[in-house]
Amino acid sequence: MFKFFEPNKIFQITSRAPKYVLFLFIVVLSVGLTEALFLSPEDYKQSDAVRIMYVHVPSAWISLGIFSSITLLSISGFIFKNKNFFLISKSLAPSGFVFNIIALVTGSIWGKPTWGTWWAWDARITSMLILALFYAMYLISWRIYESEEKVFKITTFITILGIINVPIIKYSVDWWNTLHQPASINILAKSSIHSSMLFPLLIMTAAFALFALLIFLMKYNTELIKIKNKGLDRL
Amino acid sequence: MINELLFMNGYGAYVLSAFSFTLVSFSALYLITKIQFIKEQNKFVAKFGSLNSKKAKSATSQRINKEILANATNN
Repeated sequence: MFKFFEPNKIFQITSRAPKYVLFLFIVVLSVGLTEALFLSPEDYKQSDAVRIMYVHVPSAWISLGIFSSITLLSISGFIFKNKNFFLISKSLAPSGFVFNIIALVTGSIWGKPTWGTWWAWDARITSMLILALFYAMYLISWRIYESEEKVFKITTFITILGIINVPIIKYSVDWWNTLHQPASINILAKSSIHSSMLFPLLIMTAAFALFALLIFLMKYNTELIKIKNKGLDRL
Repeated sequence: MINELLFMNGYGAYVLSAFSFTLVSFSALYLITKIQFIKEQNKFVAKFGSLNSKKAKSATSQRINKEILANATNN
C-alpha cells in the first residue's frame, strides 16, 4: 500500500504542485484579509481588537494539527519501517513551528488590549509555549544527529512526549481557570460564534493551511533532492 | 475614511502589528525554504555535470533525477 507514496513516484506531482498552491494561497489569503480587516464586524465587547483572532486562532489550530500529524507519521514510520513517513514529518515541522510562534506572538499582542498584559503564565499560553519547545527539540534533533536510525528514534520519542501536551492545550480552558475563554467553535455541537465572524475565520484557516502545504511541498522536494545528491556521490 | 480604517477604534496598532508579524513570518519562511531548495537543486545540477557519460546515463535512468534536471532548467 505504501509503495504508492514512494518518493520516486510522487516527485512528479510534488515538484509541480507548489506554483499552483502558491497561486491559490494568494487568492484565498487576499479574500481572507479583506474579510478579516474590513468586512467582518467588530465585537461588542472587544471592539476591533477581535480581528487579531483571524490570525491567532488559525495559527494555533494548524500548529496543533501539524504536531499531531508529525506524531502519527513518526510512529507509523517506526512501526512500518518507512523512511518516507519520517521525511514527510521532517518537512512538516518548520511550518508547524512558525505557526506556533505566530500563535504565541499574536496572542501576546491580543492579550495587551484585552487582559491588560502581554504575557501571563496561564495554562493555555504555557502549554502552547511547551509545544514550541517540543517543535524546537524536534527540529534541532534533525540537525544534531547524523545517524538515520538514531534520529528516527529520538524524533519519534520527542513527538510521543509532545503529543501528551496536545490534549492539555485543547482542554486547558475547561480543566483550569484561565484567562482564555472556553472554545467558541465546536464541530459536534452548535458553535457560539456568529457566522459573520466564523466565515472569515474559516477562510483565513484555509489560507494558512494552504501556506503550510506550500512550505511542506517545497521542503519535501528539497529533502528528496538532498537524498538524490547523496546518491550521485555514491555512483 | 482610511484613517478610520487604520485607527480601528484605538486598536489599530495591535491589530496591524499582529497581521504584519504573521505576514513577515510567512515571507521569511517562504524565502528561507525557497533558498534552501534552489541551493540543493544547483548542487544537484553541478554534481550531475561533473559525472562521466556512463555514470550520467545510469543516473538519468531514474525518473526522479530526470525530473530534478528538467525542473532546474525550467526555473
